[in-house]
Amino acid sequence: MLVNEKIAIDHGLKADEYKKLCELLKRTPNLTELGIFSAMWNEHCSYKSSRLHLKNLPTSGKKVIQGPGENAGVIDIEDGDAIVFKIESHNHPSFIEPYQGAATGVGGIMRDVFTMGARPIANLNSIHFGSPQHKKTKNLLRGVVHGIGGYGNCMGVPTIAGQTSFDSSYNGNILVNAMTLGLVKKNKIFYSKAAGLDKPVIYVGSKTGRDGIHGASMASASFDEKIEEKKPTVQVGDPFTEKLLLEACLELMAGDSIIAIQDMGAAGLTSSSIEMASKGNLGIEINLNKVPCREAKMTPYEIMLSESQERMLIILENGKEDMAKKIFDKWNLDFAVIGKTTNSKNIELFFDNDQVANIPINILVENSPLYDRKWKKAKLPKKNKIKKETYSKLKIKDVLKKILSNPNVCSKEWIWQQYDHTVMGDTIQKPGGDSGVVRVHGTDKAVAATVDSSAVYCWAHPLTGGKQVVAESWRNLISVGATPVAITNCLNFGSPENEDNMGEFVECVQGIGEASKYLDFPIVSGNVSFYNQTKEIGIKPTPSIGGVGLIKDYNKMITMDFKEVNNLVLLIGKTEGHIDQSLFARVILDEKNGPPPEVNLFNEKNNGETLLQLAMKDYIKSAHDISLGGLITAISKMCIKGNKGIELKQTNLLINEIEYFFSEDQGRYIIEIEKSDFKEVSQILEKNSVHYEEVGKIRDKFMIINEKTKVTIDELKSYNSNWLVKFMSS
Amino acid sequence: MKSSVITFPGSNCDRDMDVALNKFGFKNKMVWHDDNELPKSDLVVLPGGFSYGDYLRCGSMASKSKIMHSVINFAKSGGLVMGICNGFQILVETGLVPGVLLRNKYLEFICKNIFIKIKNKDNPYFKNLDKDIFEFHIAHNEGNYFCTKDQLKEIEDNNQIAIYYCDNNGQTEDQFNPNGSLKNIAGIFNKQKNVLGMMPHPERMIDQSLSGEDGSLFFKNLINNIK
Repeated sequence: MLVNEKIAIDHGLKADEYKKLCELLKRTPNLTELGIFSAMWNEHCSYKSSRLHLKNLPTSGKKVIQGPGENAGVIDIEDGDAIVFKIESHNHPSFIEPYQGAATGVGGIMRDVFTMGARPIANLNSIHFGSPQHKKTKNLLRGVVHGIGGYGNCMGVPTIAGQTSFDSSYNGNILVNAMTLGLVKKNKIFYSKAAGLDKPVIYVGSKTGRDGIHGASMASASFDEKIEEKKPTVQVGDPFTEKLLLEACLELMAGDSIIAIQDMGAAGLTSSSIEMASKGNLGIEINLNKVPCREAKMTPYEIMLSESQERMLIILENGKEDMAKKIFDKWNLDFAVIGKTTNSKNIELFFDNDQVANIPINILVENSPLYDRKWKKAKLPKKNKIKKETYSKLKIKDVLKKILSNPNVCSKEWIWQQYDHTVMGDTIQKPGGDSGVVRVHGTDKAVAATVDSSAVYCWAHPLTGGKQVVAESWRNLISVGATPVAITNCLNFGSPENEDNMGEFVECVQGIGEASKYLDFPIVSGNVSFYNQTKEIGIKPTPSIGGVGLIKDYNKMITMDFKEVNNLVLLIGKTEGHIDQSLFARVILDEKNGPPPEVNLFNEKNNGETLLQLAMKDYIKSAHDISLGGLITAISKMCIKGNKGIELKQTNLLINEIEYFFSEDQGRYIIEIEKSDFKEVSQILEKNSVHYEEVGKIRDKFMIINEKTKVTIDELKSYNSNWLVKFMSS
Repeated sequence: MKSSVITFPGSNCDRDMDVALNKFGFKNKMVWHDDNELPKSDLVVLPGGFSYGDYLRCGSMASKSKIMHSVINFAKSGGLVMGICNGFQILVETGLVPGVLLRNKYLEFICKNIFIKIKNKDNPYFKNLDKDIFEFHIAHNEGNYFCTKDQLKEIEDNNQIAIYYCDNNGQTEDQFNPNGSLKNIAGIFNKQKNVLGMMPHPERMIDQSLSGEDGSLFFKNLINNIK
């Protein structure tokens, strides 16, 4: 088939991109070559709309071993150990086929991590669905949860934390972001940079089939009514093969025969071979007849664009092929020498003795399109003036019930009980806390991880929202006693070709950058997912931040359950009564406008670091950060988890009681301390200029809010735990 | 005391079991499914996981592995063989213990702490334990035990039921049955009581920082019984 502009456009390229391609190539590409260009130049692989802005993010630091640009980021956790981690989106495929879309998202991110030599030790996920009333929501949620569990459980990697939200802006575009942490010795990290001439290029893992062809291109476009036709672009996962691939790769990695290794993820063999050669400034030659294929008569075009899962590409030292093959034979996996590195600096493909593609690699990579998209700056919305009479009609207990049973606050146990969160025998903080925590096997150390997003704040004011998500991630790590080390981000947005959506992206990234720089919480990996939009309607801007922290002595880990009756409960950080964009404003007052709560980075840093000091001295018996739903929601969850009550003190009268309980001011935590420690604790807080107040004492069975209002722990539990179970069984 | 843990392709609790056995004094060896012979062992464990992906009936492929000839002979000559979770599914497939394990009643994978009550202490696994109710952990998709009426009568007559799902007081009402198992059965023996298959994972309950410590009691007692 002769290639022309129309065919190029059908491949997702723009007319001017096709023109540029022909100029650079100095001829018309053949169909296989066009396929390769479309795979490398789409938004998902080339970051053509985001690159300009991402380069401003802080990505280095004392603990950073590897920042963005590799399969995953790497941080130093001392004693020669390192953590490899990354988050990635699998949004588009999960909407089309929720089980396989989510499963392969989990499989893909684990491969990114073990490609670098690390054994995966924890999975997390951030999943977002449309309104519960929307007809597709329930099935999508069930499918995604089954898919995540199906893959992670079979791999034997615990899923230790996550986040689930519902918002009508996801009705036509759900989000599935999967994150994995792996453990590796610092001196045994593997990279994807090829080196040396005439080195064998090895294909290992599953056979190549016709699934997932153009997956990455599909993920770089908006949805329309013909979305069901895209089903064949969704890959099919095989976690069993991936488990074998993991063990085989780690066995080979124990030696020193690997020069470079890269998983075949988005755009399969195309992007893996090109990226490895490009990083090594080399050429690569592949004989496509040697690629193990699942189906007969696959064409070069199909082989290059297949996104079949569970495959890896390895550049090996000469003479090590037999030794390596033995390992893969043992694990019953395909192993084929399919090509070699060359000095041509081109990718050259052969099939049935003909050359079927020959493209200079620099055209595909360095010269890929780069856009400075137009974007609109967002104004800070005006504050709402809420009349105080509005509050006087409300009963606190009714409001609390509505907030605790809100889909975005309620217990997600129905979800995480379907994930194996205890396999590997090192999970010391299970899902449902502020962060998941796993021990570093055989040591006293532990690693904490959390994944967060606040689409509503980002939608109301992207710059503030961007900062807030990073701050929340930081707080969630502090709350379990971990020192925050670094983050990974998954940036989920609408179309970059729309000025408003692009503005949301630019300013969220700016906010993320500011907060991460100030908190010394660098970004070491991530991905961008644009075009989360159906026709003209995009999602609320949803950057997901995956934070990782270190606990040097896991005996000092903190949990959020209230521990002892009569202990004191302190509120750390100042309560200003910011109601706009709070869950209370949106759900109870039905007020959607107004600015999100302000983020004061100095306070975030100072409050967090001071709490870590208290934690080091064992003063903190339980802790929880205050986020969605405000102070009383945070306290309720601590009561529920600890099966204890609390007698709240009469509130500071400068603020209305409702605002005090439900406002979502930032930089705040609840901590439990022993009465006898109060003096020392208050001295430390005062010395560090941290605002605190005593909010109550732990009691046996009731949450006593004021003289008139008492709630039993069982009531709190029923408010919090019933909604999701009922929804899924209705 | 020597133990062996078999690693099948897709096993994923093999390391956890190795850690637990070593922690409580066993000298444990990992044995590859494709080996012909078991090393000399006082206990053989078939660990949890998804052997061969469990794409066919769970455990059916693994039950035909090369090493299983040796394991079956070992069991038939009275050797102690314990199958946990996927290991239980494999045991059922070999016929060493009766019955089958169906998909969980609510069609969902379950990972949580549960309580079990020991039915029969006249065996090397539970002899000398000074309590009957233990908090263990389950993580499975196919743990719904089922057998025919005749089989049930036979295993009841032979006292082959090892443990029941229950609450913390030992009540075995339906609401404490996490997966729909017949009669709340969580584990069973062969006739001779040297082979035990059970769904719960004692190896995930071996220190205070994990889900609990009842697994420690189980393993400490087990090694003392074998000595």
